[in-house]
Amino acid sequence: MSGPNTNYDPVEVAALEPAAVQAAVDAALAAIAAASSLDELKAARTAHQGEKSPLALANREIGALPPSAKAEAGKRVGQARGRVGQALAARQAELEAERDERILVEERVDVTVPALRRRLGARHPIELVAQRLVDSFVGMGWEVAEGPELEAEWLNFDALNLGPDHPARQMQDTFFLDPVDSGLVLRTHTSPVQIRTMLEKEPPIYIVAPGKVFRTDDLDATHTPVFHQIECLAVDKGLTMAHLRGAIDAFVQIMFGEGTRTRVRASYFPFTEPSMETDFVCFACHGSGSTTPGSAAQCRTCGGSGWIELGGSGMVNRKVLAACGIDPDVYSGFAFGLGIERALMLRHGVQGMHEMVEGDVRFSQQFGMEV
Amino acid sequence: MRMPLSWLAEYTDVPEGVTGAQVAAALVSVGIEEEDLHGGDITGPLVVGRVLEFEEQVQKNGKPIRYCVVDVGQHGQMLTEGKHQEIVCGATNFEVGDLVVVVLPGGVLPGGFEISARKTYGRVSNGMICAEDEIGLGDDHAGIIVLDELLGAEEVAGVKPGDDAIALLGLGEETIEANVTPDRGYCFSVRGLAREYWHSQGSPAGGYRDPALVEVPAANETGYRVVIDDDRPLGGVAGCDRYVARTIRGIDPTRPSPKWMQKRLTQMGMRPISLAVDVTNYVMLAVGQPLHAFDVDKLSGSIVVRRARAGEKLTTLDDAERALDPEDLLITDGGEHLLAIAGVMGGASSEVDDSTTNVLVESAHFDPTSVARSSRRHKLVTEASKRFERGVDPQLAPAAAQLAVDLLVRYGGGTVDEGVTDVDHTTPRQPYLLDVTEPGRIVGVDYSRDRVLEVLRVLGCVVEETGAGTDATHVLVTPPSWRPDLVDGPDYAEEVARIEGYNDIPSVIPTPTEGHGLTHGQHVRRVVADALAAAGCTEVLTYPFVSDGLADELMLAADDDRRHAVRLANPISEERPLMRTTVLSTLVDALRRNVARGHKDVAVSEIGLVFRPHGPVAQAPIPGVDGRPDHALLARLYAAVPDQPRHAALVACGLAEQAGWWGPGRTVDWSDAVAAVQTVAAALAVPVVVANDRDRAPWHPGRCARISLTDGTIVGWAGELHPKVLAALDLPARTVAAEFDVDVLTAASAEPVQARQFSTFPPALTDVALLVDVDVPAADVEAALRRGAGSDLEAVTLFDVYEGEQVGSGHKSLAYRLTFRAPDRTLTTEEVNRFRDAAVGAAAEAVGATQR
Ligand SMILES: [Zn+2]
Repeated sequence: MSGPNTNYDPVEVAALEPAAVQAAVDAALAAIAAASSLDELKAARTAHQGEKSPLALANREIGALPPSAKAEAGKRVGQARGRVGQALAARQAELEAERDERILVEERVDVTVPALRRRLGARHPIELVAQRLVDSFVGMGWEVAEGPELEAEWLNFDALNLGPDHPARQMQDTFFLDPVDSGLVLRTHTSPVQIRTMLEKEPPIYIVAPGKVFRTDDLDATHTPVFHQIECLAVDKGLTMAHLRGAIDAFVQIMFGEGTRTRVRASYFPFTEPSMETDFVCFACHGSGSTTPGSAAQCRTCGGSGWIELGGSGMVNRKVLAACGIDPDVYSGFAFGLGIERALMLRHGVQGMHEMVEGDVRFSQQFGMEV
Repeated sequence: MRMPLSWLAEYTDVPEGVTGAQVAAALVSVGIEEEDLHGGDITGPLVVGRVLEFEEQVQKNGKPIRYCVVDVGQHGQMLTEGKHQEIVCGATNFEVGDLVVVVLPGGVLPGGFEISARKTYGRVSNGMICAEDEIGLGDDHAGIIVLDELLGAEEVAGVKPGDDAIALLGLGEETIEANVTPDRGYCFSVRGLAREYWHSQGSPAGGYRDPALVEVPAANETGYRVVIDDDRPLGGVAGCDRYVARTIRGIDPTRPSPKWMQKRLTQMGMRPISLAVDVTNYVMLAVGQPLHAFDVDKLSGSIVVRRARAGEKLTTLDDAERALDPEDLLITDGGEHLLAIAGVMGGASSEVDDSTTNVLVESAHFDPTSVARSSRRHKLVTEASKRFERGVDPQLAPAAAQLAVDLLVRYGGGTVDEGVTDVDHTTPRQPYLLDVTEPGRIVGVDYSRDRVLEVLRVLGCVVEETGAGTDATHVLVTPPSWRPDLVDGPDYAEEVARIEGYNDIPSVIPTPTEGHGLTHGQHVRRVVADALAAAGCTEVLTYPFVSDGLADELMLAADDDRRHAVRLANPISEERPLMRTTVLSTLVDALRRNVARGHKDVAVSEIGLVFRPHGPVAQAPIPGVDGRPDHALLARLYAAVPDQPRHAALVACGLAEQAGWWGPGRTVDWSDAVAAVQTVAAALAVPVVVANDRDRAPWHPGRCARISLTDGTIVGWAGELHPKVLAALDLPARTVAAEFDVDVLTAASAEPVQARQFSTFPPALTDVALLVDVDVPAADVEAALRRGAGSDLEAVTLFDVYEGEQVGSGHKSLAYRLTFRAPDRTLTTEEVNRFRDAAVGAAAEAVGATQR
């Protein structure tokens, strides 16, 4: 635009007249306003701002004017070009915004169509319940202990004060290995893990032992030959039944909510003395025994008693400590446990054992990755 | 153990108006668990009926149904005017003329079961003829109650149709059923339960009347001769340490037991039989001492108590011939003729019968272990064995015999012999030196000395505050004869706690101080489980039992160590007697079940132990329990337990990705299984190497990957299962699977990952296409490229595999992108080309690759 004036022609100086400049500006502004797309605007830009536009041509004429007239003409043309340039930029911004908006509208899809194309996995809720309980106890400073499922008979029975003639040993229907005198069984409880821990570790011992256990029951709504227990064992100086109760209360609240009350009564287990049985207040009816206030209909969760049996516990029998090489005059301990399947049935309303053992993917999937 | 409230009230004070539920709750508070509550929950009309006629029709299902007409006296024709009651009955154990128990419309049976006239088997049944379990009398549901059989003909003689059966059978009264724990044998009696109820009420003075406190004449030399000759006591404990025998003569065998006694026996769930038998049962229920009645006229010599000899046999009262074991303790006549397995069951030959007039009552004390073993050996659990196993009061025998004598004389009209036999080898219980602070220290409650002693005394203990070893905190305690379970401090602590009330024990959270959190292995297991779920697998838990034929179905080679399985002696099903050696072997069951239920696209996984014995199962020692077994013994014990590594497996079929708006679905294939294992390894930051394995059952020989650590340790296998295995196991075609050893991954990830420095200079990329023999594994090519490319190689990506005309048959083209990056500078084109050429050179040397 400011190239050498090779086309000097005095006749053309009329282009610098104010009216002519104004006319060029008006034509430019009209064309810019009329541009309805970025392409049209581009054409208008070429026509009114390009090298061959009237204002560009007028600008070139300035050099031909006498020095006295140059300043005025230069100012007039400069202002005119400025107005056109502003109008172009403004229209450009307007049209770009319109275009951007239109693209977003044009690109819209229906996002309610299915989005998940990979199949989702899930954890088994029995594992998740065990994990939740374990984590809470680990948080309180306990550790997790495990042991084999196929176990030495001595660890499963004898060391737990379940001698060969003990009536309690007869209550448990045990899977024996072939040959039956091999001294090996499928563990009937997770208690041999307690024995292994006490045999190998000096007190203080605070362990939680989750795991698979076996009894020769046929599968029905409330029995399964393979199920899961979680047991806690503590051996330390000065532990009392009050500590046992405290640990059980913590356990119950983890599973069934803050403030869940318990009640306890005397019981009998060969591996503990004194022994204790614990009930906790029914979370479904809050102890009233009826789910609908004022109705005679019994609560289905607790059978109308308002209480749910948790499981057995007690202070570790002195004989058990002795068999593990722990001096019962120095240390005392407590142990308690429960069946995880039962906890799951209670906490999540699982109707029977079948669902938990069949492996139907729908069962695990409804729980996802956390219970 | 059952107990009607009226019987309880005989031995202890029961407040007016107390319900069965309240008594049960009181017993629970002292640690006697409630099993059930019977009686008091039937509302009439429950009446006696006489079967007038019936018509039997066999139904389509083969079941006979009787359409009965029953005379129910004044209650008849309530619904069908002018007729006797018409009732449909599914039982067939009755005849025309029998007296039965009928619940009429409007009656309510236990459990709130309301009876109304309803149509069944094509006709209206106006009520129901009852079986024992339906009215809470017992567990019998084999047939309906025939009153002649239940109560005896004499008792039924005065009964007529229309009589109230609730009163007749004692169903109006509440009967508690308690679950007696093995340490409380004395609670297998009303005597024991009444004592516990008394404790639950605060043990008020004079509030308990011991039924065993009766006058007993002293033993003398003229009683029936009894010899205890146990030459093989079990564990040094005499099989019989007390034997009381009393003889009653001249009993009228036609006299029945009194009605009140029959009613009580019925309430207790027992059947009245004859006076002699009923009396022995009644006394047993009352005080807990099992008694046996012999017909004296069937005996010829003295009673000899001895162990069985090899080869001896005895036909017991249940008509079963029992081959005896030398450990069985026997009651014999003169040592030769066998009368009974002591404490378990009598023999048929000496049984009292309807002509017995002279009765010998045995009231003895037997070793719990001996009785328990005999009971178990002969699979014979009787009322007597249950009690002896749990421990009977050894000082109870004379009183129990006296109670029986008194009842037989009173109701049978006999006279008792002057002779009283009491062979007593029992030893008095030794006192225990109790630290009175011990109960408090065990329970965590500060019990005063006075309160501890008071509790022990109401329990029946003798407490001496003077004598050897006693001081301000120590007393001598001798437990009562009925409490063999009270031995040491914790036993007494439990007694104090339960009498004071377990619910008063405070709740104190213990505060361990040395917790180290989860172990590495425990963390790893969670990572594996979560990674498998993230890879799309649904976790399941299968039973670890497998069949004998599974190893063949899995096409395991004859010498495959996965054939070495542990066998169960008593499996749940004879079809699955073995423990699994792989998780896959039971996980396939879950897949099959899902497919059968219509889930065509399934991926399931499981983490669990597998059972891998090396060689035959070793005999695990059974050490004593007096102390920790010594090191060597313990080592043998641990070593005898077969290896149980933890494996994870997955199995999948159908679509890995669904069809949808994005296009068609993608069927799961071998690579998904391999990728799942790689996903798990990556989650644990464990580098793994994949190789083709052409010979690993149960996988497809051409589609199986062996996955190893970089040191060669095998992690597991993954790929498509063998088509023959799929056919044998009835699994969908193209099912894929993986199984790997979690313990290997645990060990491989044990050391903390050391972070690499990574370069921030720009990467240089270069592509190279290599022509190799079609059988060359891509993994080998990649390994060679990595070896040759030098230390500035960052990544190798195989982005295309081509087989076809352009490369000629027997070859394939592998296209790789190599990414280089130096730690300290931007690489020049010349450097990158040199590295690439070196990589190609290494591939050429290792696998004969040529650049295209
Ligand atoms: Zn409830």
